[in-house]
Amino acid sequence: MENLVYIALFAPLVSSLFAGLFAMSPRQTFVGVISSLLLFVSFVSSVVLGYHIATTGASVHVTMMDWISVADLHIPFGFMADQVSVTMMVVVTLVSTVVHIYSIGYMDHDKSFNRFFSYLSAFVFSMLVLVMSDNFAGLFIGWEGVGVCSWLLIGFWYHKPDVSREENPSISPSWAANEAFIMNRIADLGMLVGLFIIFWSTGSLQYDVVFAQIPNLAPAVLTAAATALFIGAMGKSAQFPLHTWLTDAMEGPTPVSALIHAATMVTAGVFLVIRANPIFSVTPEVSYFVAALGTFVAFFAASMALVNRDLKRIIAFSTLSQLGYMFAAAGLGAYWIALFHLAAHAFFKALLFLGAGNVMHAMHGELDIFKMGGLKKKMRWTYAYMGLASLALAGIPPLAGFFSKDAIIETAFNEGTLILWAMLVITAGMTAFYSFRQVFLTFLGDERYKEFGIHPHEMYGFVLIAMSPLAILAVIAGFFRDWFNAFIIHLLPNYEMSEHTHHLALVLGAIVLVVAVSGIVLAYIKYAKGLKRSEKTENGLIYKLLANQYYIPKIYEALITKPYAEISKLLWTKVDMRVVDATVDGIAKVIYKSGDGSRKMQTGNLSDYLNWMAGGALVLLFITVASYVIG
Amino acid sequence: MIGLNHYLIVAGLLFAIGLIGVIRRKNLLMLFFATEIMLNAANVAFAAISHYYNDLSGQMFAFFIVAIAASEVAIGLGLLILVYKKQGTLDLDDLASMKG
Repeated sequence: MENLVYIALFAPLVSSLFAGLFAMSPRQTFVGVISSLLLFVSFVSSVVLGYHIATTGASVHVTMMDWISVADLHIPFGFMADQVSVTMMVVVTLVSTVVHIYSIGYMDHDKSFNRFFSYLSAFVFSMLVLVMSDNFAGLFIGWEGVGVCSWLLIGFWYHKPDVSREENPSISPSWAANEAFIMNRIADLGMLVGLFIIFWSTGSLQYDVVFAQIPNLAPAVLTAAATALFIGAMGKSAQFPLHTWLTDAMEGPTPVSALIHAATMVTAGVFLVIRANPIFSVTPEVSYFVAALGTFVAFFAASMALVNRDLKRIIAFSTLSQLGYMFAAAGLGAYWIALFHLAAHAFFKALLFLGAGNVMHAMHGELDIFKMGGLKKKMRWTYAYMGLASLALAGIPPLAGFFSKDAIIETAFNEGTLILWAMLVITAGMTAFYSFRQVFLTFLGDERYKEFGIHPHEMYGFVLIAMSPLAILAVIAGFFRDWFNAFIIHLLPNYEMSEHTHHLALVLGAIVLVVAVSGIVLAYIKYAKGLKRSEKTENGLIYKLLANQYYIPKIYEALITKPYAEISKLLWTKVDMRVVDATVDGIAKVIYKSGDGSRKMQTGNLSDYLNWMAGGALVLLFITVASYVIG
Repeated sequence: MIGLNHYLIVAGLLFAIGLIGVIRRKNLLMLFFATEIMLNAANVAFAAISHYYNDLSGQMFAFFIVAIAASEVAIGLGLLILVYKKQGTLDLDDLASMKG
């Protein structure tokens, strides 16, 4: 079993290094094939490990070597596969394998094909380090690795020039990559502070040691640690106010978006909260804040998705919204439900993104859903996949989203937090509306793309086949809820609904369902026949507010980015050039001048040198005599 | 009676004459003469002090200096002839090819 842990972890690294060998050479299909195979190997190992853990109930723990051993600080490179990490491993490697195969088709015409696979596999490897590490330090390495790889991948088409915000809200791929990286760096500071607090108060970073010491720690310390860790999670999982990078990250190639949203990046924050659940479960204030913020983000992101016109951005907002759901569940103590929604969401979100990639491929890079419509005829399979994924996202039974999302909404009711419950129910309706607005505008109605001279075509067959596991799981994953519950409660605290909630479960489910279905029906009435735009709505205050993402990117630019640039410029011209540079230049000048002056001594005339020498000897003699006389 | 001090004064005067020669003279040959005078000033001092202390090693040293000075002159004069053949002069002011 130990070997399987290593294989699952290092197969993506091997894949990355292998693809990296060919990074500079022209497109080679076999690079993609071998990378996908290695990812598949990793997936199989994860499944076998999962089966082993499910049947024996024992987790597998390996220590590869000591990493840091200084005074009281001992950090090994230790990895473990327990119920939580193996769930993440299976989800991550499954989605990644599909994304790798998908990329062979999607990146077909890209000249940096091989380099892309190298980055993609490195991304997966970082995520696996993050989920499999048995200590906070290893988790942090994976955390940063994920950040670096996301930067490389979002900015993959770095050669595209910057344009104005009106033309493209995310300006350019390299701008979006930097934004993502810097926002994450801000949050990582919080994460680091959390790690310091933990090490300071427990003297270790190993999960088991830290969690065993929790009863001995002061509540203030725990609150501080939980808050700091959650700030880290907020950055990685793009929670408000650090959310703007997630939609701008859509500048990367679509497979990357699928990977970021479904498997390898944004789920890391939720994973951290689940992994550190012993800390969060004893800090009720922080947990309640997590739940409230999650609910707010769920609502807030869904509202922005209602009016967006960009296919990928709508899906990105929906990820943001669903992450909010996960944090709401985790904050309310239902960690296993959060993890379950994470897994179920990964399947249908990856499917949705890959479907969007198919559409984008067919539309030659066009993403505006107002310019699509009627694609059903040309792209039957993609329509089926995206429809299915949207149904799952909207929470229609018996698809996966129904079971996981319904459980979260039920949890909110069970905890008596009725405001959160109401907001989550409304969000469920909005989710259904925007998902189907997008599907209907893309696939049904009049064929608006014809005006733009685009001839769409369906994606390659092997790509569509590769997407099928995700589609199947988006349908059936929900049926495993009870099984998953039995599997995961070995490690995570169980969460049971009270008797009262249990009685009302059917009613509650029905309310959510009615709201969701009415969202779909509304979308059908408005958009299925074709696009009818009304000037009045689009110029309305609320529409404008939502379409501009509540003007938050502009506020950030005006209040943070621009003043920062101004201050930097001031420091550059005033402090750096006048003080620092002037000092350094001054030292250089003194040496130059003295050198220039003393050069005159070297006349080349032996007689002059002898004079200098005699003078020097006399001076030495004088000093000797003088010191003899004085001493 | 001639004592040690007289000898040392003579040696000091000789040395000073040599040193002034080294500093002031511009002809390389004259420089050689001046250094010879300085070496012999040292020899006089060595011999006198050796006699004063009844220790022969000072006089031995003086002999060594004489021997080395002789060989140095042999080589030095050879070099001077080469320099003269090459440059046509022994004046130091005209031999400043190493100016920095």
